[in-house]
Amino acid sequence: MTAYIARRLVQAIPVLIGISIVVFGMTRLIPGDAVDMMIGIEGQVSDEQRQEMRALFGFDQPLHIQYLNWAQGVVTGNMGISMRTSQPVDYEIANRLPVTLQLTFLSMFFAVLIAIPLGIIAAIKSGSRTEAGVQSVSLLALATPNFFLGTLLILFTSRTFGWFPSASYVSFTDDPWRNMQIFILPSIALGAAISAIITRMTRSSMLEILGREYVTTARAKGLSERVVISRHALKNALIPVITVVGVQTGQLLGGVIIIEEVFNLPGIGRLAVQSIERRDYPVIQGVVLFVAVAFVLINLLVDVLYAYLDPRIRYN
Amino acid sequence: MAEKSQGQQQASTKSGVSSNQLTEDTPQRDTRSFRSRAWRRLKASLSAKIGVTLVSIMILMAITAPIVSPHDPLLFHGQYQLMEPNSYFPFGTDQYGRDVLSRVIYGSQISIQVGLISVAIALTIGGTLGLFAGYFGGWIDSVISRIFDVIFAFPVILLAIVVLAVLGPSLTNVMIAIGIVFIPQFGRIVRGPVLSAKNNEYVEASRVMGAHWPRVMFIHVLPNVAAPLIVQSTIAISLAILSEAALSFLGLGAQPPQPAWGSMLSSGRQFIEVASWLSIFPGLAIVLAVLGFNLLGDYLRDVLDPRIG
Repeated sequence: MTAYIARRLVQAIPVLIGISIVVFGMTRLIPGDAVDMMIGIEGQVSDEQRQEMRALFGFDQPLHIQYLNWAQGVVTGNMGISMRTSQPVDYEIANRLPVTLQLTFLSMFFAVLIAIPLGIIAAIKSGSRTEAGVQSVSLLALATPNFFLGTLLILFTSRTFGWFPSASYVSFTDDPWRNMQIFILPSIALGAAISAIITRMTRSSMLEILGREYVTTARAKGLSERVVISRHALKNALIPVITVVGVQTGQLLGGVIIIEEVFNLPGIGRLAVQSIERRDYPVIQGVVLFVAVAFVLINLLVDVLYAYLDPRIRYN
Repeated sequence: MAEKSQGQQQASTKSGVSSNQLTEDTPQRDTRSFRSRAWRRLKASLSAKIGVTLVSIMILMAITAPIVSPHDPLLFHGQYQLMEPNSYFPFGTDQYGRDVLSRVIYGSQISIQVGLISVAIALTIGGTLGLFAGYFGGWIDSVISRIFDVIFAFPVILLAIVVLAVLGPSLTNVMIAIGIVFIPQFGRIVRGPVLSAKNNEYVEASRVMGAHWPRVMFIHVLPNVAAPLIVQSTIAISLAILSEAALSFLGLGAQPPQPAWGSMLSSGRQFIEVASWLSIFPGLAIVLAVLGFNLLGDYLRDVLDPRIG
């Protein structure tokens, strides 16, 4: 197991380096350099002063030196300064992170809570109207963009309960009740499509397991269907589901960007969109790097968990 | 437009029956021609019918937009702002008095265009890279596979945003961004089968007979992966439409006054209390388009490649 984890960690290294090159490279591909961006086009600055600033930020050095300096900073937690607020980028991200984490966690929680029972029911009642219903609802959920579902939810709750998304954000520690009210709709909007994916996965995985010989044996022993499913089938059927949950948790980090915008939540997705509008490149770099690394680490964790649950994987 | 709402009704009420038939109808050995198999599947499956219908309607709508739109999608009807749906404006009007129905119809042009072009970019680049990686192996394979890994290491929307942050927001750049993001899915589909196909005897034979590698690759190896590529392209189109809508929603895609569904939905949200039709109709259009291409993809997979799925 240790050897497997070590091998996966080593495999992640070139990907992490690749990510850092992409993130570093994105600001170098933009026409004009960072100094021009900071000063602006109409800035009253002489060419000499521009050169001085370039030297100050190290832009006069060769590209690979610039990259190494930047990468060294990133590894030690220094991702630069926001051009808009003059705050360190890691501070800006850390400030917004709790919102995004809570949203991600709750979305996945709701998605799994709904999906796994639905998937199991669809598999057990294979060929029934129930299964057909579950399948078509998942198809529809998959085709519905989260920002449209979010908009519909806002419309529905405001019409029926006179309830609007709050303009101001309240943290969980300040007022848990108010905080949960703020998060419930965005979590449902974000979790719905993921829930559909997990439902389909649970269903097909369960169907496959129910066809296995050991399940037939368990039934032949005279065990009740409930015991066969809960004790024998479910555990093995859920192994591939865990992978899907992991991969989708990573994709959720992309989805939050949009949902935070829809519901006015001050998370890192909103930070990214605002930074793009204001061309605040250090912050964009910081957020992109953070999310991509988190994505890789989540997938790594899922792989390890998968190998732990299903020992056959380790020996491939 | 009547056809469209009919399709939508079918999707929400009846599609369930079909998915059922899809799973029960297990693939059997088939000696009949491809065309008759496709037709038989289409007749047997309701979800296939819905998929084909929705996609046909959407393509037809995009082509005939200037004829079937009741109004000019960009024209301000100053005195008719934020009107509820009525007989003159079936989907109502927006804050500038523009006809929402005409804008939704013209929006299909944008979605189809982005779907086709971005997938064509991803298919060409990804497919070629995958072909090279699988055929030559060695360090070429390693380098290309690492590039795929890195692209895969970003959530789809995030990487598209990175590309748009560099290139600047516009519809053309959205196509490029989505095209880049989708490269690895096509690359990986091609790489695996090419890896195994290149050792087939007939490929070996053509090489021994003196064929150059491009000929071997394109004539002998590529047809092996045609079926999964067609299926993946169809599903990728639905994902591209979804991604374009999301990016336009964030203001990074189509710029005003272009009638993209995502940006219509986004600008309609500020009027959600007084004019919900501004958000609902473009939103439904996205759902139906994505659903259509998804179902079409399932159907094509069923017909072309019964082994997968």
